[in-house]
Amino acid sequence: MTSTTFSKIVIRVYLGLFVAYMLLPLIIMGGAGLNNSRFPSVYPWVGFTDRWFIDLWTDERMWGAVRNTTWVALAVVAISVPIGTAAAILLNSVKPRARSFLYGFMVAPILTPGAVIGISTLLFWNTFHVPAGLYLSVMGQVSFVAAYVMLLVLARLQTFDPGLEEAALDLGASHGQVVRRILVPHLYPAIGAGAIIAFFQSVENFNVTLFTRGNSDTLTVYVGSKIRSGITPTINAFALVLIIFTVICAIIYEILRRRAERRAAELAATAAAAELM
Amino acid sequence: MSEDVQLSKICMDFGSFRAVNNVDVTIKPGEFFSFLGPSGCGKTTILRLISGFMEPTEGSVKIGGKDMKGIRPNARPTALIFQNLALFPLMPVWENITFGLEVRGVPKAQRRAKAEELLQLVDLHDSADKRISQLSGGQKQRVAIARALAVEPKVMLLDEPLSALDLKLRQHMRAELRAIQKRTGVTFIYITHDQGEALAMSDRVGVMSQGILQQVATPQEIYNNPVNGFVASFVGENNVFVGTVKGKSGDIATFETAKGQFNARLGANVSVGDTTKLFVRPEFCTLQKTASKSANSIAVEVTEIAFEGNFVNVFVRDESGDTHMVQVQNDPSIPTPALHSKAHMIFDPQSCMILSEATDTRSGH
Amino acid sequence: MQELLRRYGISLSVIMVAMTAFWLLALVVIPNLVLFKFSFRLYLPVDQLGGPNDVYTLKNYATFFESPIHINVFFSTILYSSFVTAICLAITYPLAYILAKVLKSTDTATFFLVLLVPLWVSEILRSFAWFIILSMQGPLNAVLLGIGIIDKPIRWITGFQSVIVGLVYAYILFMLFPIYNAISALDTNQIEASEDLGASMWRTHWRVIIPHSKPGIASGCVMVFMLCAGSVIVPTTLASTNSRWFTEIIQQWMFEGLDWNTGSAYAFLLLALCIIFVSLVMRILNVRLVDIAK
Repeated sequence: MTSTTFSKIVIRVYLGLFVAYMLLPLIIMGGAGLNNSRFPSVYPWVGFTDRWFIDLWTDERMWGAVRNTTWVALAVVAISVPIGTAAAILLNSVKPRARSFLYGFMVAPILTPGAVIGISTLLFWNTFHVPAGLYLSVMGQVSFVAAYVMLLVLARLQTFDPGLEEAALDLGASHGQVVRRILVPHLYPAIGAGAIIAFFQSVENFNVTLFTRGNSDTLTVYVGSKIRSGITPTINAFALVLIIFTVICAIIYEILRRRAERRAAELAATAAAAELM
Repeated sequence: MSEDVQLSKICMDFGSFRAVNNVDVTIKPGEFFSFLGPSGCGKTTILRLISGFMEPTEGSVKIGGKDMKGIRPNARPTALIFQNLALFPLMPVWENITFGLEVRGVPKAQRRAKAEELLQLVDLHDSADKRISQLSGGQKQRVAIARALAVEPKVMLLDEPLSALDLKLRQHMRAELRAIQKRTGVTFIYITHDQGEALAMSDRVGVMSQGILQQVATPQEIYNNPVNGFVASFVGENNVFVGTVKGKSGDIATFETAKGQFNARLGANVSVGDTTKLFVRPEFCTLQKTASKSANSIAVEVTEIAFEGNFVNVFVRDESGDTHMVQVQNDPSIPTPALHSKAHMIFDPQSCMILSEATDTRSGH
Repeated sequence: MQELLRRYGISLSVIMVAMTAFWLLALVVIPNLVLFKFSFRLYLPVDQLGGPNDVYTLKNYATFFESPIHINVFFSTILYSSFVTAICLAITYPLAYILAKVLKSTDTATFFLVLLVPLWVSEILRSFAWFIILSMQGPLNAVLLGIGIIDKPIRWITGFQSVIVGLVYAYILFMLFPIYNAISALDTNQIEASEDLGASMWRTHWRVIIPHSKPGIASGCVMVFMLCAGSVIVPTTLASTNSRWFTEIIQQWMFEGLDWNTGSAYAFLLLALCIIFVSLVMRILNVRLVDIAK
């Protein structure tokens, strides 16, 4: 056995172990949702059942949490995407010193523990007599989700040629037309990715929501309280639904990405052909 | 269809740096005018001042007699062709071309017709629905020109648009640009650092250095009668001799150098007693076996021969070790001088000039 | 600011500045200042607010420093968060290198596609998964009993061991992605040049690849440490009475004590810890904030 084939094997084993490490716990957790055992476990395997899914389906509290989560997530997307985009554009057209100063404040929420964001949001709005509730959860989540959107849009802005704005102005476009026809279309991919990330970040969020939610439930809080108060395999059923949903999203995302990549490659090929003509 | 552009005593400062210094020139309606100079000479700043992306620190820009102060780029009768063309990558060709009409609220059908018409004008058929990334460099060039023409500008401003093309295409596009300008009659103001481009296309050329307009004249005048050493050496090749002006009779002066005395025409701003330089073009020099009585001559040895195709560059070394160049037409019937042969480099007093350095730079600043 | 006006005109500039200002002031800066202010006030009954007892005081912080248990929890949190960060770094650095430079790009894409699932599944489910695995009647004990390594079930969820396992699992991908991005941005020619000049594999990593991927390493370390120290759900699920986490004490003040003032003092201590950690990493690895947050 040569050393290269040996290292190849080591690499394969390492990658395989990591994938197993990342996926096995999820499979065990999801599988327990199908096991007809009162305690959530895949072992011993008592038998296949759909009763945990029926329990989940008939749980009114779960549906309330779904509605709340959706509402909060959509609000977070609607607020954080415009804010993050505006902040990125602003950041991209100020002097370097102001830029690094503002940048520090903008990324700070990403590096702040969720509990701190949650408590500070709660206290701040309380001084205006706004009670804890989902509105505050939205505000707290926006404070760090907007930073993710800002980073995505800022990265996309690096590939933007400001000369295009000047060209459009020179051709008689107003500032509004420049933004609508030239700048924003260029930013669409980043804005779209930002919206997806904002949505998922909001749905997944636990820490900020825990301190700001008041008495309302979101999905993560619902699962959290279920875990604390007597575990039943309905949580596993819920996890399985979520995992399957994620897998479907991942597949769709990958198909779209590959299609876009193929189109880009075709365009590059025709451009190269045009160059030769 | 076209307007004149009047630049009156324009200065442009960036902090303490004066990028444009007292430029004063009127570009006539329908003229093809080039600003020629090395990078950093202020020519791009002038273009941005005319297009309205900057306002001059001092002086005024008038287009068609109208002062442009405070008028934004989108309200000026100019269209700019950017160095990198700045075509909108997300729009098809025809939308690019008619973007200026779209923002003015022209209906779609009318815009489409206009796009087709302009594509004919720039000789680019069946490309209306292509994407920008599908076009070759030359095709992109044409789209950029069509896009600028679509808004029916009185003045076209071109910022080295040919610099990204390869040599052959560049030469082709020179003729094309010139033809489009003649067809449309629009005033073209062209920025370039390539003297070949400027001389080949322009009605008049303004040579710039360090923010100062050194000379404005026809291409022939610029080449044959440069006003100073900068213009002479930036446009075309020269053999240069350093020396002192001794005396003059008529427009011919005697010039004392370490390599002997020469007769030459005396340029502006040079007077007897000045120590300066003498410039002679390589194609005005000849090599002969014997020294000349009437013309200037200097004893040399042939050190290198470079065959360039339509002409031959012969490099020679004088007795003090300096190298000069003599350019001769390629003519198979005349034998080229042998390497290391001794000869005399001859040049006529009428074809060489004693010139001052460039006009004093950034004075009073 | 002038450039903004020039590029986007007055009204759009005003809108963009207003949105950014709302975010930075109303959602980031002022809430934290309010938190800071709150931490110096006393928790008082409503009728005493504005009274003689409603003063600025260090008492809330004194509560922390006079409680050996809380100090102990605070330092355990730091210690075990650092430990988790180190484990994540050790596991993911070789992985990131393999993915960025050894594997074919299509294989890497597939690998990341598989990882999308655990990435998008929320941390609460990720820690719950380990709760099931590690529980007394869980699969781990079952497997070990089946093989015969142990003869009676082991209580895994005790002490900090289960918390560490859960934290590593929950946050390891936040270490992998930034390091992968940093290494894949390195020109492969540089690695080959180093090897061509006779450097061993270790030396190439030490002198070429690690220095280049410092920003990614810094970013991963900061994220993982912050997420660990600030984690609420993993300790809630996987800790036991003998392994408390600092966020649990904050929760206690906020929800059980209803003492928001002491709660905010503790929250501020957590924030200060994260700020110190970020500056420490920036100092040690000599990177800028721009490199960390990307």
